[in-house]
Amino acid sequence: MAEPVIEFHDFSFKYRAQTEPTLKHINLNIFPGEKILIIGPSGSGKSTLAHCINGLVPFAFSGEITGTYRIHGQDPAELGIFGLNKMVGTVLQDTDGQFIGLTVAEDIAFALENDRVEQAEMIRRVEEVADQVDVRSLLHHAPGELSGGQKQRVSMAGVMVDNVGILLFDEPLANLDPATGKKAIDLIDHIQKDRGATVLIIEHRLEDALYREVDRIILVGDGQIVADKKPEDLLSTNLLAEQGIREPLYLSALRHAGCEIRPETHPENIGKMDLAPYQEAVRKWFNEVELPVVEVKKKAELEVMDLDFSYLAGCPVLEKIRFRINKGEMISIVGKNGAGKSTLASLICGFMQPDRGTIQLNGSDIAQQSIKERGEKIGFVMQNPNQMISKSMIYDEVALGLQVRGTTEDEVQERVFRTLKTCGLYAFRNWPISALSFGQKKRVTIASILVLEPEILILDEPTAGQDYRHYTEIMEFLKKLNEESGITILMITHDMHLMLEYTDRAIVIADGHLLADDTPANVLTNEKIANLAYLKKTSLYDLARRCGIADTSEFVNRFIYFERQIRTLEAE
Amino acid sequence: MSSRVLSYEEKDTWIHRLSGVTKLIFFLLWSITSMISYDTRVLLVMLTCSIIILRASKTKWKQVGTVFKFIMLFLSINIIAIFLFAPYQGTKIYGTQTIIIHLIGQYSLTWEQLFYEMNIIIKYLTVIPAVFMFIVATNPSEFAASLNRIGVSYYVGYSVAIALRYIPDVQDDYAKIKHAQEARGIEMSGKAKFMDRIRSTSAIIFPLVFSSMDRIDVVSNAMQLRGFGKYKKRTWYSGKKLGRNDYLVLAFTLVFCTAALIITFRNGSRFYNPFH
Repeated sequence: MAEPVIEFHDFSFKYRAQTEPTLKHINLNIFPGEKILIIGPSGSGKSTLAHCINGLVPFAFSGEITGTYRIHGQDPAELGIFGLNKMVGTVLQDTDGQFIGLTVAEDIAFALENDRVEQAEMIRRVEEVADQVDVRSLLHHAPGELSGGQKQRVSMAGVMVDNVGILLFDEPLANLDPATGKKAIDLIDHIQKDRGATVLIIEHRLEDALYREVDRIILVGDGQIVADKKPEDLLSTNLLAEQGIREPLYLSALRHAGCEIRPETHPENIGKMDLAPYQEAVRKWFNEVELPVVEVKKKAELEVMDLDFSYLAGCPVLEKIRFRINKGEMISIVGKNGAGKSTLASLICGFMQPDRGTIQLNGSDIAQQSIKERGEKIGFVMQNPNQMISKSMIYDEVALGLQVRGTTEDEVQERVFRTLKTCGLYAFRNWPISALSFGQKKRVTIASILVLEPEILILDEPTAGQDYRHYTEIMEFLKKLNEESGITILMITHDMHLMLEYTDRAIVIADGHLLADDTPANVLTNEKIANLAYLKKTSLYDLARRCGIADTSEFVNRFIYFERQIRTLEAE
Repeated sequence: MSSRVLSYEEKDTWIHRLSGVTKLIFFLLWSITSMISYDTRVLLVMLTCSIIILRASKTKWKQVGTVFKFIMLFLSINIIAIFLFAPYQGTKIYGTQTIIIHLIGQYSLTWEQLFYEMNIIIKYLTVIPAVFMFIVATNPSEFAASLNRIGVSYYVGYSVAIALRYIPDVQDDYAKIKHAQEARGIEMSGKAKFMDRIRSTSAIIFPLVFSSMDRIDVVSNAMQLRGFGKYKKRTWYSGKKLGRNDYLVLAFTLVFCTAALIITFRNGSRFYNPFH
């Protein structure tokens, strides 16, 4: 067997500011040319493990190392971060933040510039690698002109240009819509095969990451390696659920149907999986689950009529958008990055004015209302809570909106306390916000809007970058809010699980047009819509089809209902 | 893409094609000369050249308009302040006193003072186009490369370039945060009282600063991971070699500025005196 390119032996690491080690007794060997998926919930130490490999630990984030590790047989302490750079190329999660150059070409050339490569040689190599990731035509574009997927490809080119042997991808799917994410996984696969590079992918979106084969999955939990197995072996165990990682939906469905997943049936890919042993059980389960009759909400609350918008005349961003939202609904607005979803929310909130068309709230046109006036009825929660929080204490942050409206101090306190109780934050009311987790901060921002008692809540990407546990926490909270107080919730998202599991209806926008206004199950089992909107058909669709169930949408609905029942039981 | 105030815009003019070093040297010498000289004839020639250069760089009003208005405001304040604090500076310089009108107390308006202050205005107007030309027609990364070439550490040049890279992102963040806070009822428009506006600005500034710090974290890690700071020197993808035009411009600048200073100082002082 070849020598491992990366080896950890009884390796532990403790950040300087922390009392407990983040990584504990890691033993791991990675061999040349392998493709490894590293998964684990937030805070499990998977990112720290990656940072040890690329040198950010301990050279940028210092701390205490015990045990040994080697990259290409060499000691990282001697190599330094620059020595490691020559062997390990890292593509970070934030597609925007890591774009250093003012143009694509300069960004790709960055590592070469630092290495003092001659200009002519640099230009040649940049063009060569730009061809490989298909950004040749964009070489002179500024980052602002690129889509998220394009930026990510530029980042890949920027590390590939250095001819590194190990490529490390830190949550490559986090900022991408499903279809673009699929392409990214495809491209990583290509690069790996083409160059024979060793590839490490860190992700918590397991199903999407498994779109292309991987050799091994390393499951990290609480600073330790919980499993180091072939995909088919790992997927046949219960370890994923125990660590709070969401397994692929089709496997959950099979388990619900009472099947035991066996490795020899290739559970890592629904397309290749041998379903013969399971089909009967799946059909039986499908016929047994009964959906309750849902009450239809049809009191119109928000009506958008023939909305047109463009930044520049002649380049419409939105055209003839028309839909209706009923009181108490939970709705998702979906579509690819840059399709106009956020613009639509901005128009509803009054941040921008439409060129044509009207928006009606409870039957009256709100065109003349200011942002502030609309804000009392339509609350808007930004994606990143750090962009909303301006006070250091939780109470003050939630009270801010009332205080500027001149509400009396007694009433402010009464309403803030009530809202904090609703949001499960009452116990923390005297805490500084900096002591909260990301999910809790998100709740604070939601609370700071809810305190104004809006009728509609619009949330931009409420679960972006969250692992399954935090995702469930935030979404269950919103669901409860919706059911108990009847507030209408509108979510802009490209998370298909969110739209399937938590929304009654999906409004699909593609290239500025309203493509569909239908149940999520219908949208995600319709190939044409999924393709146009850069969504991905759900794997439940494939499972249903391959088990001979014609009504795929109904299958998806029953699955969601069944999961929800289980979750309710667990909660009780 | 909308035009952003005072930022580099790619255009194809002979000025854009010049190397950043050339533009930097021109800009420095040009400013120094116009700062030193009070010779009205020299200044007028320079002003004409400045305007021609700005025209040649195809700079549009919306790129620089707001900033220009700001500078004009400060210039006016400056001019008035000079008169208030030193109403007879012109007399002191030119040695004569030709009163146009007596104003109040010790203040009289003299031709000498008017002439002196007019020279100051021309100086400003000469430098401003050179500044604008330099900012809107110099590619920041190429500028960083130029600075490095004339001996400045590349850390300095790169800090400027990277700041320019992130200005649009921070501007977008600002707009997003502002809108979200307005929706919460924090009034930012002219409707609010001045003090309230100042106070509400903190509701934008704090989130903006914190999210910008996150950005800085990401980018400094990204730069380190790609070998920034490995060696004392680095090469530049967008560096330009000096061409024929660069040498012509440099030669012209050198000759012109030397001549201008010789003419200025020929009569023994920095001032051109029409009152003799």
